[in-house]
Amino acid sequence: MSESILEMKDIEKEYFGNKVLKGININVKPGEIHAIVGENGAGKSTLMNILFGMPVIHSTGGFKGEIYFNGKKTEIKCPKDAMNLGIGMVHQEFMLLPSFTITENIKLNREKTKNNFLSKIMGEKVKTLDMKAMGADSRKSLDKVGMTIDEWAMVEGLPVGYMQFIEIAREIDKSNIKLLVFDEPTAVLTESEAEHLIDCMKKLAEEGIGIIFITHRLDEVMMAADSITVLRDGEMVANKKRGETNVVELAELMVGRKIERLVNKNESAENEEQKETIMEIKNLKVLMPGEEVKDVSLNIKRGEILGIGGLAGQGKIGIANGIMGLYESKGEVLFKGKAFKLNNTSEALKSGLAFVSEDRRGVGLLLDKSMELNIVISSMQIKNEYLKKIGFFTQMDSKNIRKHALKMINELDIRCRGPQQKVRQLSGGNQQKICIARALTLKPEILFVSEPTRGIDIGAKKLILDLLVKLNKEQGMTIVMTSSELSELRAISDRIVIISKGKIEGILKPDDSDADFGLMMAGHYHKIQKEEL
Amino acid sequence: MSKTKISVNKKSEMAAKINKILFDNMVTILFIVLCIIEIILSGQSAYFILNELVARIARNSFLVLSLIIPVIAGMGLNFGIVIGAMAAQAAIIAVAHWQIKGILGFLLCILLSTPLAILLGYITGKLLNKTKGQEMIASMIFGFFANGIYQLIFLLLIGTIIPMKDPVIVLSSGVGIKNTIDLSGSIKYSLDNLIKLPLSITLAIICFGFMVYYLWKYIKKREKKNLFVSLLFIIAGGCFAVIYNYEFMLNKINVPIATMLLILALCFFNNFICSTKLGQNFKAVGQNMHIAGVSGINVDKVRVNAIIISTVLAAWGQLIFLQNIGTLNTYGSHEQVGMFAIASLLIGGATVTNADNKQAIIGTILFHTMFIVSPMAGKNLFGNAQIGEYFRVFVVYGVIGVSLGLHAWKNQYEKNKLMKQ
Repeated sequence: MSESILEMKDIEKEYFGNKVLKGININVKPGEIHAIVGENGAGKSTLMNILFGMPVIHSTGGFKGEIYFNGKKTEIKCPKDAMNLGIGMVHQEFMLLPSFTITENIKLNREKTKNNFLSKIMGEKVKTLDMKAMGADSRKSLDKVGMTIDEWAMVEGLPVGYMQFIEIAREIDKSNIKLLVFDEPTAVLTESEAEHLIDCMKKLAEEGIGIIFITHRLDEVMMAADSITVLRDGEMVANKKRGETNVVELAELMVGRKIERLVNKNESAENEEQKETIMEIKNLKVLMPGEEVKDVSLNIKRGEILGIGGLAGQGKIGIANGIMGLYESKGEVLFKGKAFKLNNTSEALKSGLAFVSEDRRGVGLLLDKSMELNIVISSMQIKNEYLKKIGFFTQMDSKNIRKHALKMINELDIRCRGPQQKVRQLSGGNQQKICIARALTLKPEILFVSEPTRGIDIGAKKLILDLLVKLNKEQGMTIVMTSSELSELRAISDRIVIISKGKIEGILKPDDSDADFGLMMAGHYHKIQKEEL
Repeated sequence: MSKTKISVNKKSEMAAKINKILFDNMVTILFIVLCIIEIILSGQSAYFILNELVARIARNSFLVLSLIIPVIAGMGLNFGIVIGAMAAQAAIIAVAHWQIKGILGFLLCILLSTPLAILLGYITGKLLNKTKGQEMIASMIFGFFANGIYQLIFLLLIGTIIPMKDPVIVLSSGVGIKNTIDLSGSIKYSLDNLIKLPLSITLAIICFGFMVYYLWKYIKKREKKNLFVSLLFIIAGGCFAVIYNYEFMLNKINVPIATMLLILALCFFNNFICSTKLGQNFKAVGQNMHIAGVSGINVDKVRVNAIIISTVLAAWGQLIFLQNIGTLNTYGSHEQVGMFAIASLLIGGATVTNADNKQAIIGTILFHTMFIVSPMAGKNLFGNAQIGEYFRVFVVYGVIGVSLGLHAWKNQYEKNKLMKQ
């Protein structure tokens, strides 16, 4: 067969001593659709960043390995190099300007121009745009991707499905395009739109363009790809041809790993039905950009650890944020049998909920204040605790604060120089513990924890998880943990809710099979079940 | 049954349309109503108001129009135009010192102020690139800072470090420029007096111009509507031409044609820029810096360019302003320029993210109508002209606050609507 258009050999990449890619080999031929599948954090985006020479790669010490493009060894130092070589990218989040027409978007920064009376004096920049020629070019590209839409329509207000195709049209409008990367193009599309997109991809491949197709949706991989690479934790675990594999096997390869259960099995399986429901969520909608929750109904039981999992952008993070009133939300929530007011953070905190945010440094902590203040600030604000009253004025009760902080430091094993150290100076794991300590100070009945181990080294991860288990067991605290890392959800949760496209895809037990988890994450568990029925 | 339903639908559709028009233009409509009330209250003659208004439109429009390009480039309202105004005043002081009269002096002012404005605009642009997202407040504070340097130069350095001997301009102590400089010896009316025509003739010419335009449109598109409109204009133009032959107040109001032509040219320039590659970059950056950057546009450079253009235009605008006023208030003329121009633009219905020529001109007319009639209206209403004066100032700051507030409220409203869906 013909020579490869792209070969990436033994790619390795480290971020601050943390190996995120461990010897990846990718080989794409002209006219081939090459799928790359893997969970979040498997290394797909790092690989693509290397391919595009993104600054984030070079500012963190570059990478090891070689890239051959069109048979020649090449060095891609910046995105412009990649562009010049003929590598294009269809972005996951749309790179379209809403109040431009489709034509203006397709020709963005590659506008056709013509001379006018001023351009001869003042140069290129003030040449008039040749809208007619631009429109004609756009029409051609739109026809190629099978879009009949008017090229002068405004992008604003177009259905989401169209935008993806406009992006593709923009890439193929570049005359030298040889390799096109689709970064999760179907994540926001409906099924019929996705099918149309795959047809379009196949058509482009027929013209000899090499295509890299990054996705979570495994059935689409089976439909479209000629060859499939599976990444997991920075390793290439499989490289298969289409005929050699099936959806279930891919799902297993994607998720498969040893699960270390931190909680004893027979303890957790303890007759769940008898547990009382502490919170009842009905038809929750949360308008959190990028993590929109569309319709979630869920019962949280007293004394359990409930895991919420799912891929990034599917809405799992939105649930806790919505209930805590950080983003606008709608729906019916019953807390201990009484109606619970949404969109009111202080009310939520007062009624006995506490939240450890996924955005530790942004929302969670006052980085330049002392640890002890960080620990008690919410309860001072919400419950008027740790305050002394002197006439009309209130003062911080520093003695009590110190006592409580020391107790927390002791209980949670926070490594620090003392309660007055600034939070900024602590490591990620200890910062996370302070967030938890603050939540505990509120003496909550339900503790929401979002991504508790993000950006924390492996040793500290385990400590945090142990801590959550301890709280649950010793104090009977109800914990709702949201996490992108399935393994940690499976390590400590009693039940795991998988969210896909803003809705609940299913609820699993931690010891259910890898394939079930993989399929649910990819959002077609139900599809397959339906077929089986 | 179905018929009535349709008509009801049509009616509610109409209502919705009218609602939308009212909602979209609420600031402008509010001020039109205010203007009408004040005109009635003031009891001023139409001649007085029109005469003042023509002068003020000629004086101020250029400055207001200089604000448009930064808005398109997503940098909000450029309070930094005061910096351009300072550049202009530096040039005027020089020309007043050399006592170069008439249009020659004016052209020299332009020649001197332009490079200075480019330099200052470049610095402002660089600063605003460091404060993305807070351009408005940053440019305002930078304006105050520049004012300090301006005062330092003209109050302290003139006569000490910068040698200048001119008893007319320099204070009697020999250090510092006088508080007011009379420009009648230099550029006063240099542009305004170039060509002057009575308002009636001007309006007639404008009408005939429109007539030709619509006739041309009719020939191109063959739409009956255009023919009809051009007919209307020829009648109106004819009327104005007839009026010229009789004793009427429209004949006594003189229009500075050269100034007006310059303003018209700037309107065309703004439109022209928008149709070029440069303008496309402005628009792209204005919508989303990240996306523009990803597609290879040098975002920072585009933003600096927008501010440079705005600053230069503001300098020219200040020259037009001062040649009409006739006296330079050395330490005060530039101070309110930004506020007044921005208030005008906002009254016209512009927002922080959206502005065009039409809004600038309408805004200037409304704002200055209010300015003209407020003192008398205040006097008639409260028996005190001071209260009218107070209203003037109140209007300036009030309109900025109100329209920024309304803008935020509109966004909130639309977000809520989205949530409800």
